[in-house]
Amino acid sequence: MNISKEEVLHVAKLARLKFTDAEAEALAKDMESIIGFANKLNELDTEGVVPTAHAIPMHNAFREDVVTPSYDREAMLQNAPSKEDGGYTVPKVVE
Amino acid sequence: MHTLTAHEIRDRIKNKELSSVEITKAYLDRIEKVEDKVESYVTVLQEEAMQSAEAIDKKIAAGEEVGALAGVPVALKDNLCTKDVLTTCSSKMLYNFRPPYDSTVAKKLKDADTVLLGKVNMDEFAMGSSTETSYFKKTKNPYDLSKVPGGSSGGSAACVAADEATFTLGSDTGGSIRQPASLCGCVGMKPTYGTVSRFGLVAFASSLDQIGPLAKDVQDCALIYDQIVGYDPMDSTSVNREYASFEKALTGDVKGLKIGMPAEYMGEGISAPVQKAVLAALESFKAMGASYEEMHLPLNEYALPAYYMISSAEASSNLARFDGVKYGFRAEKFEDLVDLYAQTRSEGFGAEVKRRIMIGTYALSSGYYDAYYKKAQQVRTMIMQDFDKAFEKYDVLVTPTTPTTAFGFGEKTDDPLQMYMADICTVSVNIGGLPAVVLPCGYDENGLPIGLQIIGKPFGEAAILNAAYALEKTITKIKPAL
Repeated sequence: MNISKEEVLHVAKLARLKFTDAEAEALAKDMESIIGFANKLNELDTEGVVPTAHAIPMHNAFREDVVTPSYDREAMLQNAPSKEDGGYTVPKVVE
Repeated sequence: MHTLTAHEIRDRIKNKELSSVEITKAYLDRIEKVEDKVESYVTVLQEEAMQSAEAIDKKIAAGEEVGALAGVPVALKDNLCTKDVLTTCSSKMLYNFRPPYDSTVAKKLKDADTVLLGKVNMDEFAMGSSTETSYFKKTKNPYDLSKVPGGSSGGSAACVAADEATFTLGSDTGGSIRQPASLCGCVGMKPTYGTVSRFGLVAFASSLDQIGPLAKDVQDCALIYDQIVGYDPMDSTSVNREYASFEKALTGDVKGLKIGMPAEYMGEGISAPVQKAVLAALESFKAMGASYEEMHLPLNEYALPAYYMISSAEASSNLARFDGVKYGFRAEKFEDLVDLYAQTRSEGFGAEVKRRIMIGTYALSSGYYDAYYKKAQQVRTMIMQDFDKAFEKYDVLVTPTTPTTAFGFGEKTDDPLQMYMADICTVSVNIGGLPAVVLPCGYDENGLPIGLQIIGKPFGEAAILNAAYALEKTITKIKPAL
Protein backbone atom coordinates (compact mmCIF):
# COMPACT_ATOMS: atom_id res chain seq x y z
CA MET A 1 0.00 0.00 0.00
CA ASN A 2 1.53 3.29 -1.14
CA ILE A 3 0.02 6.71 -0.62
CA SER A 4 2.05 9.70 -1.77
CA LYS A 5 2.16 13.15 -0.27
CA GLU A 6 0.53 14.41 -3.49
CA GLU A 7 -2.41 12.01 -3.05
CA VAL A 8 -2.83 13.21 0.52
CA LEU A 9 -2.90 16.82 -0.63
CA HIS A 10 -5.44 15.97 -3.35
CA VAL A 11 -7.77 14.27 -0.82
CA ALA A 12 -7.21 17.19 1.58
CA LYS A 13 -8.44 19.56 -1.10
CA LEU A 14 -11.60 17.47 -1.53
CA ALA A 15 -12.12 17.49 2.24
CA ARG A 16 -11.44 21.24 2.58
CA LEU A 17 -8.50 20.66 4.89
CA LYS A 18 -5.01 22.14 4.80
CA PHE A 19 -1.79 20.43 5.85
CA THR A 20 1.83 21.47 6.00
CA ASP A 21 4.30 19.29 4.10
CA ALA A 22 5.42 17.64 7.33
CA GLU A 23 1.82 16.93 8.35
CA ALA A 24 1.01 15.53 4.91
CA GLU A 25 3.98 13.17 5.07
CA ALA A 26 2.98 11.87 8.51
CA LEU A 27 -0.62 11.51 7.34
CA ALA A 28 0.47 9.55 4.27
CA LYS A 29 2.07 6.97 6.59
CA ASP A 30 -1.04 6.77 8.82
CA MET A 31 -3.30 6.40 5.79
CA GLU A 32 -1.07 3.72 4.32
CA SER A 33 -1.35 1.72 7.51
CA ILE A 34 -5.12 2.20 7.96
CA ILE A 35 -6.09 1.71 4.30
CA GLY A 36 -3.63 -1.21 4.20
CA PHE A 37 -5.54 -2.71 7.13
CA ALA A 38 -8.79 -2.26 5.18
CA ASN A 39 -7.30 -4.22 2.29
CA LYS A 40 -7.83 -7.25 4.50
CA LEU A 41 -11.42 -7.11 3.27
CA ASN A 42 -10.17 -8.30 -0.13
CA GLU A 43 -9.61 -11.75 1.38
CA LEU A 44 -13.39 -12.18 1.25
CA ASP A 45 -15.27 -13.00 -1.94
CA THR A 46 -18.16 -10.54 -2.01
CA GLU A 47 -19.27 -11.26 -5.58
CA GLY A 48 -23.05 -10.80 -5.74
CA VAL A 49 -23.40 -9.79 -2.06
CA VAL A 50 -25.87 -6.94 -1.62
CA PRO A 51 -24.31 -4.01 0.27
CA THR A 52 -26.00 -3.01 3.54
CA ALA A 53 -26.39 0.69 4.26
CA HIS A 54 -28.59 0.31 7.35
CA ALA A 55 -28.78 -2.60 9.76
CA ILE A 56 -32.51 -2.36 10.34
CA PRO A 57 -34.45 -2.69 7.08
CA MET A 58 -36.50 0.43 6.46
CA HIS A 59 -37.67 2.49 3.54
CA ASN A 60 -38.14 6.18 3.01
CA ALA A 61 -39.78 7.76 6.03
CA PHE A 62 -42.38 10.18 4.74
CA ARG A 63 -44.58 12.48 6.76
CA GLU A 64 -47.84 14.16 5.87
CA ASP A 65 -47.28 17.21 3.68
CA VAL A 66 -48.50 19.73 6.22
CA VAL A 67 -46.79 22.79 7.59
CA THR A 68 -45.57 22.37 11.17
CA PRO A 69 -43.99 25.00 13.43
CA SER A 70 -40.33 25.61 12.69
CA TYR A 71 -37.60 27.45 14.56
CA ASP A 72 -37.40 31.14 15.06
CA ARG A 73 -34.92 32.80 12.69
CA GLU A 74 -33.12 34.65 15.47
CA ALA A 75 -32.71 31.41 17.43
CA MET A 76 -31.15 29.71 14.41
CA LEU A 77 -28.81 32.64 13.91
CA GLN A 78 -27.74 32.86 17.55
CA ASN A 79 -24.59 30.82 16.91
CA ALA A 80 -23.52 32.43 13.64
CA PRO A 81 -19.92 33.72 13.69
CA SER A 82 -21.03 36.53 11.40
CA LYS A 83 -24.55 37.68 10.48
CA GLU A 84 -26.38 40.61 8.97
CA ASP A 85 -30.01 41.42 8.16
CA GLY A 86 -31.29 38.00 9.24
CA GLY A 87 -28.74 36.02 7.24
CA TYR A 88 -25.27 34.50 7.52
CA THR A 89 -22.44 36.52 6.05
CA VAL A 90 -19.51 35.08 4.09
CA PRO A 91 -16.78 36.60 1.92
CA LYS A 92 -17.98 37.95 -1.41
CA VAL A 93 -18.24 35.19 -4.05
CA VAL A 94 -19.46 37.21 -7.07
CA GLU A 95 -17.72 40.43 -8.03
CA MET B 1 -26.07 9.89 49.44
CA HIS B 2 -24.28 10.24 46.09
CA THR B 3 -23.90 6.45 45.91
CA LEU B 4 -27.67 5.90 45.59
CA THR B 5 -28.95 4.42 42.33
CA ALA B 6 -31.64 6.07 40.21
CA HIS B 7 -34.30 3.59 41.31
CA GLU B 8 -33.40 4.16 44.97
CA ILE B 9 -33.61 7.95 44.54
CA ARG B 10 -36.90 7.58 42.67
CA ASP B 11 -38.38 5.47 45.47
CA ARG B 12 -37.15 7.72 48.29
CA ILE B 13 -38.39 10.88 46.63
CA LYS B 14 -41.74 9.24 46.01
CA ASN B 15 -41.95 8.29 49.71
CA LYS B 16 -40.87 11.81 50.68
CA GLU B 17 -37.77 10.45 52.47
CA LEU B 18 -35.55 12.58 50.26
CA SER B 19 -35.97 15.85 48.39
CA SER B 20 -34.70 16.72 44.95
CA VAL B 21 -32.78 19.67 46.42
CA GLU B 22 -31.03 17.41 48.95
CA ILE B 23 -29.86 14.89 46.40
CA THR B 24 -28.83 17.57 43.87
CA LYS B 25 -26.84 19.35 46.54
CA ALA B 26 -25.16 16.08 47.53
CA TYR B 27 -24.02 15.59 43.93
CA LEU B 28 -22.82 19.18 43.53
CA ASP B 29 -20.78 18.72 46.72
CA ARG B 30 -19.39 15.48 45.36
CA ILE B 31 -18.42 17.21 42.11
CA GLU B 32 -16.72 19.94 44.13
CA LYS B 33 -14.78 17.27 46.00
CA VAL B 34 -13.58 14.91 43.24
CA GLU B 35 -13.86 16.75 39.92
CA ASP B 36 -10.32 18.16 40.19
CA LYS B 37 -9.02 14.60 40.15
CA VAL B 38 -11.41 13.00 37.65
CA GLU B 39 -12.18 15.88 35.25
CA SER B 40 -15.23 14.24 33.73
CA TYR B 41 -17.24 17.44 33.13
CA VAL B 42 -16.91 20.03 30.38
CA THR B 43 -19.73 22.13 31.83
CA VAL B 44 -21.26 22.01 35.34
CA LEU B 45 -24.68 23.67 35.67
CA GLN B 46 -24.62 24.50 39.37
CA GLU B 47 -27.34 27.17 39.50
CA GLU B 48 -29.57 25.68 36.84
CA ALA B 49 -29.48 22.29 38.59
CA MET B 50 -30.51 23.79 41.93
CA GLN B 51 -33.32 25.73 40.23
CA SER B 52 -34.76 22.66 38.55
CA ALA B 53 -34.44 20.66 41.79
CA GLU B 54 -36.42 23.36 43.62
CA ALA B 55 -39.06 23.35 40.91
CA ILE B 56 -39.44 19.57 41.18
CA ASP B 57 -39.75 19.74 44.97
CA LYS B 58 -42.46 22.39 44.58
CA LYS B 59 -44.37 20.18 42.18
CA ILE B 60 -44.16 17.27 44.63
CA ALA B 61 -45.24 19.47 47.57
CA ALA B 62 -48.21 20.71 45.55
CA GLY B 63 -49.22 17.12 44.87
CA GLU B 64 -48.70 17.46 41.13
CA GLU B 65 -47.86 14.49 38.97
CA VAL B 66 -44.10 14.14 38.42
CA GLY B 67 -42.01 12.23 35.86
CA ALA B 68 -40.68 8.70 36.30
CA LEU B 69 -37.17 9.89 37.21
CA ALA B 70 -38.21 12.88 39.31
CA GLY B 71 -35.23 14.41 41.08
CA VAL B 72 -32.59 12.06 39.67
CA PRO B 73 -29.38 13.97 38.83
CA VAL B 74 -28.00 13.24 35.37
CA ALA B 75 -25.19 14.35 33.06
CA LEU B 76 -25.15 14.12 29.26
CA LYS B 77 -22.35 13.46 26.82
CA ASP B 78 -21.36 16.72 25.19
CA ASN B 79 -22.55 15.65 21.72
CA LEU B 80 -26.20 15.60 22.85
CA CYS B 81 -27.81 18.95 22.12
CA THR B 82 -29.21 20.79 25.14
CA LYS B 83 -31.17 23.97 24.54
CA ASP B 84 -29.06 27.06 25.30
CA VAL B 85 -26.48 24.91 27.16
CA LEU B 86 -23.00 24.53 25.65
CA THR B 87 -22.70 21.42 23.46
CA THR B 88 -19.09 21.27 22.33
CA CYS B 89 -18.44 17.68 21.19
CA SER B 90 -15.17 18.36 23.08
CA SER B 91 -13.96 20.20 19.99
CA LYS B 92 -12.55 23.64 19.36
CA MET B 93 -14.93 23.66 16.38
CA LEU B 94 -17.96 23.93 18.70
CA TYR B 95 -16.32 25.58 21.72
CA ASN B 96 -19.09 28.20 21.89
CA PHE B 97 -22.09 26.31 20.46
CA ARG B 98 -25.38 26.70 22.32
CA PRO B 99 -28.04 24.68 20.48
CA PRO B 100 -31.38 26.42 19.92
CA TYR B 101 -33.17 23.12 20.64
CA ASP B 102 -33.03 20.00 22.83
CA SER B 103 -32.12 16.59 21.49
CA THR B 104 -35.04 14.17 21.84
CA VAL B 105 -33.28 12.29 24.67
CA ALA B 106 -32.55 15.53 26.55
CA LYS B 107 -36.19 16.51 26.18
CA LYS B 108 -37.39 13.09 27.34
CA LEU B 109 -35.18 13.23 30.43
CA LYS B 110 -36.43 16.76 31.13
CA ASP B 111 -40.01 15.51 30.83
CA ALA B 112 -39.12 12.69 33.24
CA ASP B 113 -38.15 15.45 35.74
CA THR B 114 -34.46 14.58 35.98
CA VAL B 115 -32.03 17.28 37.09
CA LEU B 116 -29.33 18.11 34.54
CA LEU B 117 -26.02 18.55 36.38
CA GLY B 118 -23.95 19.23 33.29
CA LYS B 119 -22.28 18.00 30.14
CA VAL B 120 -19.46 15.48 30.16
CA ASN B 121 -16.21 15.07 28.29
CA MET B 122 -15.61 12.81 25.30
CA ASP B 123 -13.19 12.13 22.49
CA GLU B 124 -13.51 14.93 19.95
CA PHE B 125 -16.65 14.27 17.88
CA ALA B 126 -16.74 10.79 19.51
CA MET B 127 -13.64 9.66 17.62
CA GLY B 128 -11.35 7.75 19.93
CA SER B 129 -11.19 5.07 22.60
CA SER B 130 -9.58 6.93 25.51
CA THR B 131 -11.09 10.46 25.64
CA GLU B 132 -7.56 11.72 25.02
CA THR B 133 -8.62 13.47 21.78
CA SER B 134 -10.82 15.94 23.73
CA TYR B 135 -9.81 19.54 23.01
CA PHE B 136 -10.48 20.54 26.62
CA LYS B 137 -9.14 18.07 29.15
CA LYS B 138 -8.02 14.54 29.91
CA THR B 139 -10.60 12.66 31.96
CA LYS B 140 -9.08 10.15 34.39
CA ASN B 141 -10.20 6.64 35.27
CA PRO B 142 -11.58 6.85 38.84
CA TYR B 143 -10.10 3.41 39.63
CA ASP B 144 -6.58 4.58 38.78
CA LEU B 145 -6.00 8.22 37.91
CA SER B 146 -2.97 7.31 35.78
CA LYS B 147 -5.22 5.31 33.42
CA VAL B 148 -7.66 6.41 30.71
CA PRO B 149 -11.42 6.07 31.27
CA GLY B 150 -11.86 4.65 27.75
CA GLY B 151 -13.80 6.40 25.04
CA SER B 152 -15.38 7.99 23.36
CA SER B 153 -17.95 8.36 26.20
CA GLY B 154 -15.09 8.47 28.75
CA GLY B 155 -16.58 11.43 30.61
CA SER B 156 -19.94 9.67 30.86
CA ALA B 157 -18.33 6.54 32.33
CA ALA B 158 -15.90 8.27 34.72
CA CYS B 159 -18.71 10.55 35.93
CA VAL B 160 -20.89 7.60 36.96
CA ALA B 161 -17.98 5.61 38.42
CA ALA B 162 -16.89 8.61 40.52
CA ASP B 163 -20.49 9.19 41.70
CA GLU B 164 -20.54 12.63 40.06
CA ALA B 165 -23.99 11.85 38.59
CA THR B 166 -26.52 9.08 39.18
CA PHE B 167 -26.42 8.16 35.52
CA THR B 168 -25.32 9.57 32.19
CA LEU B 169 -26.13 9.10 28.53
CA GLY B 170 -23.46 8.35 25.98
CA SER B 171 -23.38 7.50 22.30
CA ASP B 172 -21.98 4.32 20.77
CA THR B 173 -20.75 4.10 17.18
CA GLY B 174 -18.22 1.28 17.55
CA GLY B 175 -18.11 0.68 21.30
CA SER B 176 -18.15 4.22 22.67
CA ILE B 177 -20.56 3.42 25.51
CA ARG B 178 -19.51 -0.16 26.21
CA GLN B 179 -15.71 0.17 26.19
CA PRO B 180 -15.55 3.10 28.68
CA ALA B 181 -18.34 1.55 30.80
CA SER B 182 -16.17 -1.58 31.05
CA LEU B 183 -12.96 0.27 31.85
CA CYS B 184 -14.76 2.27 34.57
CA GLY B 185 -16.85 -0.57 36.02
CA CYS B 186 -20.27 0.79 35.01
CA VAL B 187 -23.28 -0.86 33.43
CA GLY B 188 -23.76 0.46 29.89
CA MET B 189 -26.03 -0.41 27.02
CA LYS B 190 -25.96 0.19 23.30
CA PRO B 191 -29.56 -0.36 22.23
CA THR B 192 -30.82 -1.77 18.92
CA TYR B 193 -30.31 0.69 16.08
CA GLY B 194 -33.44 2.79 15.58
CA THR B 195 -34.96 2.33 19.06
CA VAL B 196 -33.64 5.59 20.58
CA SER B 197 -34.05 8.78 18.56
CA ARG B 198 -30.82 10.30 17.26
CA PHE B 199 -32.44 13.72 16.80
CA GLY B 200 -30.07 16.26 18.34
CA LEU B 201 -27.13 13.84 18.60
CA VAL B 202 -24.27 15.45 16.67
CA ALA B 203 -23.76 12.81 13.99
CA PHE B 204 -20.53 10.82 13.62
CA ALA B 205 -21.55 7.78 11.51
CA SER B 206 -25.30 7.88 11.08
CA SER B 207 -25.85 4.21 10.21
CA LEU B 208 -23.97 3.08 13.34
CA ASP B 209 -24.59 5.79 16.00
CA GLN B 210 -26.93 4.95 18.85
CA ILE B 211 -27.57 6.66 22.21
CA GLY B 212 -27.69 4.66 25.43
CA PRO B 213 -27.37 4.79 29.23
CA LEU B 214 -24.36 4.39 31.54
CA ALA B 215 -25.54 3.52 35.03
CA LYS B 216 -24.64 2.17 38.45
CA ASP B 217 -26.63 -1.03 38.07
CA VAL B 218 -28.66 -3.07 35.60
CA GLN B 219 -32.04 -2.02 36.98
CA ASP B 220 -31.12 1.64 36.41
CA CYS B 221 -30.03 0.80 32.89
CA ALA B 222 -33.48 -0.71 32.19
CA LEU B 223 -35.29 2.12 33.94
CA ILE B 224 -33.44 4.78 31.92
CA TYR B 225 -33.95 2.88 28.68
CA ASP B 226 -37.68 2.85 29.43
CA GLN B 227 -37.55 6.65 29.45
CA ILE B 228 -35.54 7.25 26.27
CA VAL B 229 -36.79 4.46 23.97
CA GLY B 230 -39.51 5.11 21.40
CA TYR B 231 -40.49 6.29 17.97
CA ASP B 232 -39.63 9.86 16.97
CA PRO B 233 -40.75 11.38 13.68
CA MET B 234 -37.77 13.75 13.90
CA ASP B 235 -35.39 10.83 13.23
CA SER B 236 -36.07 9.19 9.87
CA THR B 237 -34.35 5.97 11.02
CA SER B 238 -36.50 5.71 14.15
CA VAL B 239 -38.40 2.40 14.31
CA ASN B 240 -42.13 2.74 14.85
CA ARG B 241 -43.11 0.13 17.44
CA GLU B 242 -44.37 -0.20 20.99
CA TYR B 243 -42.19 -1.21 23.93
CA ALA B 244 -43.23 -2.79 27.23
CA SER B 245 -41.37 -1.72 30.39
CA PHE B 246 -37.87 -3.16 30.44
CA GLU B 247 -37.53 -2.54 34.16
CA LYS B 248 -40.65 -4.58 34.93
CA ALA B 249 -39.36 -7.40 32.71
CA LEU B 250 -36.36 -8.00 34.98
CA THR B 251 -36.88 -11.31 36.79
CA GLY B 252 -33.33 -12.55 37.27
CA ASP B 253 -34.48 -15.95 36.03
CA VAL B 254 -32.12 -17.33 33.36
CA LYS B 255 -33.19 -20.99 33.52
CA GLY B 256 -33.01 -22.48 30.04
CA LEU B 257 -31.21 -19.47 28.53
CA LYS B 258 -29.00 -20.62 25.66
CA ILE B 259 -25.70 -18.71 25.58
CA GLY B 260 -23.19 -18.78 22.75
CA MET B 261 -19.55 -17.95 23.44
CA PRO B 262 -17.85 -16.94 20.19
CA ALA B 263 -14.34 -18.39 20.20
CA GLU B 264 -13.11 -15.54 17.99
CA TYR B 265 -13.60 -13.10 20.90
CA MET B 266 -11.56 -15.15 23.37
CA GLY B 267 -8.37 -15.81 21.46
CA GLU B 268 -5.10 -14.04 20.87
CA GLY B 269 -4.87 -10.49 22.15
CA ILE B 270 -7.44 -10.97 24.92
CA SER B 271 -5.58 -10.80 28.23
CA ALA B 272 -5.61 -13.72 30.66
CA PRO B 273 -7.47 -11.94 33.51
CA VAL B 274 -10.22 -10.88 31.08
CA GLN B 275 -10.63 -14.41 29.69
CA LYS B 276 -10.68 -15.86 33.19
CA ALA B 277 -13.36 -13.44 34.41
CA VAL B 278 -15.56 -14.08 31.37
CA LEU B 279 -15.31 -17.84 31.81
CA ALA B 280 -16.16 -17.50 35.51
CA ALA B 281 -19.25 -15.46 34.56
CA LEU B 282 -20.32 -18.18 32.11
CA GLU B 283 -20.00 -20.74 34.89
CA SER B 284 -22.20 -18.53 37.11
CA PHE B 285 -24.82 -18.49 34.37
CA LYS B 286 -24.63 -22.28 34.21
CA ALA B 287 -25.06 -22.54 37.97
CA MET B 288 -28.24 -20.46 37.61
CA GLY B 289 -29.71 -22.89 35.08
CA ALA B 290 -28.52 -21.41 31.77
CA SER B 291 -26.33 -23.32 29.33
CA TYR B 292 -23.38 -22.15 27.26
CA GLU B 293 -21.15 -23.53 24.57
CA GLU B 294 -18.34 -22.33 22.37
CA MET B 295 -19.41 -21.36 18.87
CA HIS B 296 -18.00 -19.41 15.94
CA LEU B 297 -18.45 -16.03 14.28
CA PRO B 298 -15.79 -16.59 11.63
CA LEU B 299 -16.05 -13.15 10.04
CA ASN B 300 -15.32 -11.22 13.23
CA GLU B 301 -11.77 -10.36 12.14
CA TYR B 302 -13.23 -8.41 9.20
CA ALA B 303 -15.53 -6.30 11.38
CA LEU B 304 -12.88 -3.78 12.41
CA PRO B 305 -11.57 -2.93 8.91
CA ALA B 306 -15.16 -2.78 7.59
CA TYR B 307 -16.12 -0.55 10.51
CA TYR B 308 -13.28 1.91 9.89
CA MET B 309 -14.20 2.28 6.24
CA ILE B 310 -17.94 2.74 6.86
CA SER B 311 -17.64 4.99 9.92
CA SER B 312 -14.93 7.19 8.40
CA ALA B 313 -16.83 7.56 5.13
CA GLU B 314 -20.00 8.59 6.95
CA ALA B 315 -18.00 10.90 9.23
CA SER B 316 -16.36 12.68 6.31
CA SER B 317 -19.82 13.41 4.95
CA ASN B 318 -21.43 14.34 8.30
CA LEU B 319 -18.59 16.65 9.36
CA ALA B 320 -18.75 18.62 6.10
CA ARG B 321 -21.27 20.90 7.83
CA PHE B 322 -18.57 22.42 10.06
CA ASP B 323 -17.37 25.22 7.82
CA GLY B 324 -17.37 28.35 9.97
CA VAL B 325 -20.60 29.76 8.56
CA LYS B 326 -23.62 28.72 10.62
CA TYR B 327 -22.22 28.00 14.09
CA GLY B 328 -19.07 27.40 16.06
CA PHE B 329 -15.52 28.41 15.37
CA ARG B 330 -14.49 30.58 12.40
CA ALA B 331 -10.84 31.19 11.47
CA GLU B 332 -9.71 34.79 11.72
CA LYS B 333 -7.62 34.91 8.56
CA PHE B 334 -8.73 33.62 5.15
CA GLU B 335 -8.52 34.69 1.53
CA ASP B 336 -11.91 33.80 0.07
CA LEU B 337 -14.96 31.62 0.75
CA VAL B 338 -13.28 28.27 0.02
CA ASP B 339 -10.29 29.32 2.09
CA LEU B 340 -12.66 30.28 4.93
CA TYR B 341 -13.92 26.68 4.95
CA ALA B 342 -10.46 25.09 4.74
CA GLN B 343 -8.82 27.42 7.26
CA THR B 344 -11.69 27.03 9.75
CA ARG B 345 -11.67 23.25 9.46
CA SER B 346 -7.89 22.97 9.70
CA GLU B 347 -7.75 25.10 12.86
CA GLY B 348 -11.02 23.83 14.37
CA PHE B 349 -10.57 20.05 14.10
CA GLY B 350 -7.98 18.01 16.02
CA ALA B 351 -5.60 15.48 14.48
CA GLU B 352 -7.74 12.34 14.92
CA VAL B 353 -10.86 13.97 13.45
CA LYS B 354 -8.86 15.15 10.43
CA ARG B 355 -7.38 11.68 10.02
CA ARG B 356 -10.85 10.10 9.92
CA ILE B 357 -12.17 12.72 7.50
CA MET B 358 -9.18 12.02 5.25
CA ILE B 359 -9.66 8.23 5.39
CA GLY B 360 -13.36 8.62 4.69
CA THR B 361 -12.87 11.08 1.85
CA TYR B 362 -10.29 8.74 0.34
CA ALA B 363 -12.65 5.73 0.61
CA LEU B 364 -15.46 7.67 -1.07
CA SER B 365 -13.34 9.34 -3.74
CA SER B 366 -13.59 8.49 -7.40
CA GLY B 367 -11.78 5.25 -8.22
CA TYR B 368 -11.79 3.92 -4.65
CA TYR B 369 -15.49 3.84 -3.81
CA ASP B 370 -16.08 0.23 -4.95
CA ALA B 371 -12.82 -1.07 -3.48
CA TYR B 372 -13.36 0.35 0.00
CA TYR B 373 -16.81 1.75 0.80
CA LYS B 374 -18.94 -0.66 -1.21
CA LYS B 375 -16.72 -3.58 -0.25
CA ALA B 376 -17.12 -2.73 3.44
CA GLN B 377 -20.90 -2.56 3.05
CA GLN B 378 -20.90 -5.98 1.42
CA VAL B 379 -18.83 -7.38 4.27
CA ARG B 380 -21.37 -5.76 6.58
CA THR B 381 -24.08 -7.90 4.98
CA MET B 382 -21.99 -11.04 5.50
CA ILE B 383 -21.27 -10.22 9.16
CA MET B 384 -24.99 -9.68 9.76
CA GLN B 385 -25.74 -13.07 8.20
CA ASP B 386 -23.22 -14.59 10.62
CA PHE B 387 -25.15 -13.10 13.54
CA ASP B 388 -28.53 -14.19 12.11
CA LYS B 389 -27.27 -17.76 11.97
CA ALA B 390 -25.92 -17.59 15.51
CA PHE B 391 -29.24 -16.33 16.86
CA GLU B 392 -31.10 -19.25 15.30
CA LYS B 393 -29.36 -21.37 17.93
CA TYR B 394 -28.59 -19.05 20.84
CA ASP B 395 -30.64 -16.52 22.82
CA VAL B 396 -27.68 -14.30 23.66
CA LEU B 397 -23.94 -14.20 23.01
CA VAL B 398 -21.42 -13.52 25.77
CA THR B 399 -17.99 -11.98 25.11
CA PRO B 400 -15.37 -9.76 26.75
CA THR B 401 -15.91 -6.03 26.09
CA THR B 402 -12.27 -5.05 25.82
CA PRO B 403 -9.02 -6.99 25.29
CA THR B 404 -7.48 -5.57 28.48
CA THR B 405 -8.41 -3.48 31.49
CA ALA B 406 -7.77 0.29 31.43
CA PHE B 407 -4.49 1.37 29.81
CA GLY B 408 -2.24 4.35 30.54
CA PHE B 409 -2.30 7.85 29.06
CA GLY B 410 -0.29 8.12 25.86
CA GLU B 411 0.09 4.35 25.60
CA LYS B 412 -1.81 4.06 22.32
CA THR B 413 -1.78 7.59 20.93
CA ASP B 414 1.23 7.21 18.63
CA ASP B 415 -0.24 4.47 16.48
CA PRO B 416 -3.87 5.00 15.38
CA LEU B 417 -4.31 1.31 14.48
CA GLN B 418 -3.34 0.21 17.98
CA MET B 419 -5.98 2.53 19.45
CA TYR B 420 -8.57 1.15 16.99
CA MET B 421 -7.87 -2.37 18.30
CA ALA B 422 -9.44 -1.32 21.62
CA ASP B 423 -12.79 -1.73 19.84
CA ILE B 424 -12.17 -5.24 18.52
CA CYS B 425 -14.91 -6.83 20.68
CA THR B 426 -17.51 -4.12 20.19
CA VAL B 427 -17.67 -2.89 16.57
CA SER B 428 -19.44 -5.89 15.05
CA VAL B 429 -22.47 -5.17 17.26
CA ASN B 430 -22.84 -1.74 15.61
CA ILE B 431 -22.35 -3.24 12.17
CA GLY B 432 -25.25 -5.58 12.92
CA GLY B 433 -27.39 -2.87 14.59
CA LEU B 434 -27.72 -5.24 17.58
CA PRO B 435 -28.27 -4.43 21.26
CA ALA B 436 -25.54 -5.20 23.80
CA VAL B 437 -25.20 -4.54 27.50
CA VAL B 438 -21.95 -4.54 29.48
CA LEU B 439 -21.44 -4.91 33.21
CA PRO B 440 -18.47 -5.51 35.52
CA CYS B 441 -17.79 -9.23 35.93
CA GLY B 442 -14.62 -9.01 38.00
CA TYR B 443 -11.45 -7.03 38.70
CA ASP B 444 -7.83 -7.64 37.70
CA GLU B 445 -4.88 -7.94 40.11
CA ASN B 446 -4.63 -4.12 40.24
CA GLY B 447 -8.29 -3.70 41.09
CA LEU B 448 -9.26 -2.47 37.62
CA PRO B 449 -12.75 -3.50 36.43
CA ILE B 450 -13.30 -6.14 33.74
CA GLY B 451 -16.39 -5.79 31.58
CA LEU B 452 -18.60 -8.56 30.22
CA GLN B 453 -20.64 -8.01 27.07
CA ILE B 454 -24.00 -9.67 26.45
CA ILE B 455 -25.18 -9.34 22.84
CA GLY B 456 -28.82 -9.83 21.86
CA LYS B 457 -31.00 -10.20 18.79
CA PRO B 458 -32.42 -7.02 17.24
CA PHE B 459 -34.97 -5.62 19.76
CA GLY B 460 -33.78 -8.24 22.28
CA GLU B 461 -33.01 -5.74 25.06
CA ALA B 462 -35.30 -7.48 27.56
CA ALA B 463 -33.31 -10.74 27.28
CA ILE B 464 -29.85 -9.18 27.60
CA LEU B 465 -30.90 -6.91 30.46
CA ASN B 466 -32.42 -9.83 32.31
CA ALA B 467 -29.29 -11.94 31.85
CA ALA B 468 -27.17 -9.03 33.10
CA TYR B 469 -29.54 -8.57 36.05
CA ALA B 470 -29.08 -12.24 37.02
CA LEU B 471 -25.29 -12.13 36.69
CA GLU B 472 -25.01 -8.86 38.61
CA LYS B 473 -26.35 -10.59 41.72
CA THR B 474 -23.35 -12.94 41.67
CA ILE B 475 -20.75 -10.16 41.43
CA THR B 476 -19.34 -8.19 44.37
CA LYS B 477 -18.79 -4.69 43.05
CA ILE B 478 -15.87 -2.60 44.25
CA LYS B 479 -16.12 1.19 44.33
CA PRO B 480 -13.09 3.28 43.30
CA ALA B 481 -11.20 4.89 46.18
CA LEU B 482 -11.26 8.63 45.49
